[in-house]
Amino acid sequence: MTNIVLTGERPASESGPFAALRHARYILGENAVTGFAFGLFLLIVIAALAGPYIVPYDPLASDTAAALKPPSLAHWCGTDQLGRDVLSRVIAATRLDFMIAVSSVALVFLLGGLAGVAAGFFGGWTDRVVGRIADTIMAFPLFVLAMGIVAALGNTVENIVLATAIVNFPLYARVARAEANVLREAGFVHAARLCGNGELRILLGQVLPNIMPIMVVQMSLTMGYAILNAAGLSFIGLGVRPPTAEWGIMVAEGAAFMVSGEWWIAFFPGAALMISVFCFNLLGDGLRDIVDPRRRT
Amino acid sequence: MAGALPLLEISDLTVEFSTRRGTVRAVEHVDVSVGKGETVGIVGESGSGKSVTSYAVLRILDRAGRIVHGAVHFSGIDLRAGSEEQMRNLRGREISMVFQNPRAALNPIRKVGHQIEDILKQHSQVNSGELSEKAIEVLDQVRIARPRERYHAYPFELSGGMCQRVVIALALACRPRLLIADEPTTGLDVTTQKAVMDLIIELTRQQGMSTILITHDLGLAAVYCDRVVVMEKGQVVESAASETIFTAPAHPYTRKLMRATPRPRISLRDLLPQDEAPALRTSTAPNAGNGNAGKPLLVVEKLIKEYPRKGANLGRLFQRKPAPEPETFRAVDAISFAVDRGESVGLVGESGCGKSTTSSMVMRLIEKTDGVIMFDGEDIGEIAPKKFARLPLRKRIQMVFQDPTDSLNPRFTAARAIADPILRLGDISSRGAVRARCEELARQVGLPLELLDRFPHQLSGGQKARVGIARAIALNPDLVILDEPTAALDVSVQAVVLNLLQDLKDALGMSYLFVSHDLNVVRLLCDRVIVMHAGRIVEQGRTEEVLFAPQAQYTRDLLAAIPNPSFRQQMQ
Repeated sequence: MTNIVLTGERPASESGPFAALRHARYILGENAVTGFAFGLFLLIVIAALAGPYIVPYDPLASDTAAALKPPSLAHWCGTDQLGRDVLSRVIAATRLDFMIAVSSVALVFLLGGLAGVAAGFFGGWTDRVVGRIADTIMAFPLFVLAMGIVAALGNTVENIVLATAIVNFPLYARVARAEANVLREAGFVHAARLCGNGELRILLGQVLPNIMPIMVVQMSLTMGYAILNAAGLSFIGLGVRPPTAEWGIMVAEGAAFMVSGEWWIAFFPGAALMISVFCFNLLGDGLRDIVDPRRRT
Repeated sequence: MAGALPLLEISDLTVEFSTRRGTVRAVEHVDVSVGKGETVGIVGESGSGKSVTSYAVLRILDRAGRIVHGAVHFSGIDLRAGSEEQMRNLRGREISMVFQNPRAALNPIRKVGHQIEDILKQHSQVNSGELSEKAIEVLDQVRIARPRERYHAYPFELSGGMCQRVVIALALACRPRLLIADEPTTGLDVTTQKAVMDLIIELTRQQGMSTILITHDLGLAAVYCDRVVVMEKGQVVESAASETIFTAPAHPYTRKLMRATPRPRISLRDLLPQDEAPALRTSTAPNAGNGNAGKPLLVVEKLIKEYPRKGANLGRLFQRKPAPEPETFRAVDAISFAVDRGESVGLVGESGCGKSTTSSMVMRLIEKTDGVIMFDGEDIGEIAPKKFARLPLRKRIQMVFQDPTDSLNPRFTAARAIADPILRLGDISSRGAVRARCEELARQVGLPLELLDRFPHQLSGGQKARVGIARAIALNPDLVILDEPTAALDVSVQAVVLNLLQDLKDALGMSYLFVSHDLNVVRLLCDRVIVMHAGRIVEQGRTEEVLFAPQAQYTRDLLAAIPNPSFRQQMQ
C-alpha cells in the first residue's frame, strides 16, 4: 500500500554507486540477526582463507604424550587420541569443508539453474525432460543417493562435490523453472523479441539475470545443506580420508570416545558444523529480505 | 446537501508512512464530510492519497502507516479512539468497502455463497437456518442471474463484472450505512462499468446509504456523485457540488485535470494545459513510402486465430451428452482490414474481443491459424514468429506495450533498453554512435538525458512510457502497433503521451495501429476506427462517421456507456 505514496516522481537519491551498499546497510540495520549472520560468515571466510597460518599447532602433528587431554590453556579445545590439537584441526578443516560446499553449490547452480531456466522458458520437451530428471532424483532418499554416487565413482573430494550437486539438482531446477515460467510471458521478453533478440539470447540476457536474486537466496540456503552432506559422507567413511582434518571425520573419530568421557573430540567439530549451517540458513533468510522487491520501498 | 450532522466527518486528517527514506506524508490536513444519503466522489491521480484517506477511516492502514493528526467521526463515534473490537464490529456492518480488484477481494477456493454467509455470520445478522436463503437473496439483489446456481459458483467461474457484483453483494449484505467504493470499476469494460455503477447507486439510494466513490475518472465522478472532492499530493484542493466543479472549476489543478480528460468535440492539443499547448502542426509530413505509394502498407485478409478449448476432452468424460461447443475457440474470426501509409487506425473493443490477439499476429509474435497478412507487398503471415525475429523486416514493424513497467527489463537501464533494437538489428555498432543515437531518441521523446542511466524502478510511469516509445521508434519503423499505451497512466500523463505520439507520427511518417478500449482516446489520435466484438469486426470507417453516426448497435452501446461530464444533463 505504501507504493501509492511513492509511485510519483522518484527522487534522485536512489541512484549512484553506493545505492546497493546503502540498501544492504538499511537491511542489516533493521534486522540484527542478519547482521550477526554476516559477521559469522566473515569469520568462516577468514578461517577458510587464513586457517593454516593462524592455527596454534600443526593440525596433523601427533604427540602421543599429550593424547586425550581435556581443554586447557595450552590446548583450548583439548587433544585427540593421537595428541593432535582439536582447535587447530577444527580451524584447518574449515577450508576443505567450505571449498566442498562452495564448489558443489556453484556446480549445481550451473547444472540445475540453467536446466530449470531453459525448462521454464522453452516449455515443451525441454520442460518434460528436465522435469522427469528432477523427479527421478527426488524419488531416491537423497543421502542414500549421495552415498551411492560416491561409492560407485570413488572416494574422492571431487566425487563428494559431484554427489552433493546432483542431490540438490531438483531444488534448483524447480525454483528456476517456476521463475522463468512466469517471466516467459513478461512484457519485456516480448519487447526483446521485437528488438530482434534470438530465443537463446533472451534466455541468457533477459530472463536469467532477473532470476539471479532468488537463485542467490537458494544458494545460501543449500550451502548449509552441502556442508552437512559432505560431513555426513565423511562421517560414514566415504569421501575425505583420515588423517585429513575434516569436521565429519573428526566427529566420527570422536564419537568412539564419547562413552569414556572424552567429549571434546567430537563436540568442537560438531559445534563448528552446527554454527556454519546455522549461519548459512540465517544468511539465506536475510538475503531473501534484501532481494524481496516488497521491501524495496 | 447534508443535514445538521454529517454521517462521516473527517477533519484535519494527516497520515504518515515511515519508509526507508524517512517519513512520507501521504495525506495532509484533509477535511471531508459525507451527509446521510449523499454520494461523494474523491478524485485524484495516483499518489494523491485518496485511497489512504479511506483506509484511514476504516483503520486498515498497513504497518508503516499511522494517523498522526486529525479526527474521524462516524455518526458521533470517534473512530480514532475506538478499540480494535469496536472497529471490527463497525467494519462490514456499518461501513463497508468495495475494493478495486474483485478477484483479489474474493477467496478463490470458497464458493461465493459461503463467502456471503461468512459475513452475515460474523455480524450475526440472521440465524443459521436462514443463512443460505439470505445469501441467495443478497445475490439476487445485485442482479446476478440464476442466484440459486451462482451460490455454488467459485470466483474463477465468474466473469470480472460478475465478481465485482459479488463483492458489492458482500459489502451490502449487512446493510451498512456507509459504502466506500475504491475504484470499483477500474479494469472492467465500459459497458460493465456502467452496469456496476448503476447498480451501486441504485442500491445505495434504495437503502438510504451514503457512498464514497474513489476514482481517477472525472467523468465517472461527474455522472454518479452529488459532491466531488479533488485531491492532489495528499491535500484537498477543491471540494464542491459536482455541477459546480464541472461547469466552473476553481482550482488550477482541477482545471488541468478537466482539460486532460479526453471527451467529445475537442482536439488532441486541448488536453494539454493552455500555456503548454503548441499550435497543432498540420500533418504535411511526407510518408516514408519507398516506391509503391498508394498501396496500403498493411493488408489483413480473413485472418483467423483458433485456440483449442482446454479441458474439453476431460470434461466429456463426465458428461453423457456430447459437448455442444466446438473443440476450438475462435479468438479472431476472419477479419479483414488495411492500414495505409502514414495513417493511424484504431482497433477498439472490450476485453476478450480479440484485438490484442490480432495485434500479436500482425506483430508476428504468435502464429496465425489462417488468413493473409501482407506487409508492404510481402506475405509476412507465412513467416514463423521465431524466424521473424532476426529478419530485416522486423525493423519495420515495432510495438509500444500496454504496461510500461512490465515491458522494461528491471535490470536494464533506460539507455540499454533503448539501445537493444539498435544493437540487434541496427546498422551502427560502435559504442559512441549507439549512445549518440540513444540521446537523439531521448530528445525526440522528451526524456531528460540524465535519466538515461536510471533503472525502470527509478522512473515515473510517464518516463517509462517514453522509454518504451523511444525503443519502438529506434529503428525508424513503418508501422507501430500501440497496445493501449496509456491505459496504465494518469490522465495528465496520458494527455502528454498522446500528444507526443501524434508529433512523432507527423515527424517520422509512421503508420499507427492503435489498440484500445477507450473510444474517446482513439478518436483523438486515429483517422479510422475498427470496432471489434467477439472476434469479428462489427463496424469500420472514418473516425467521425463511426463515433458520431454509428451504424452497429454494439458501437452505440459502447458509446453510451462512456461516462462523461457533459452527458450528465442528458441523463437526468
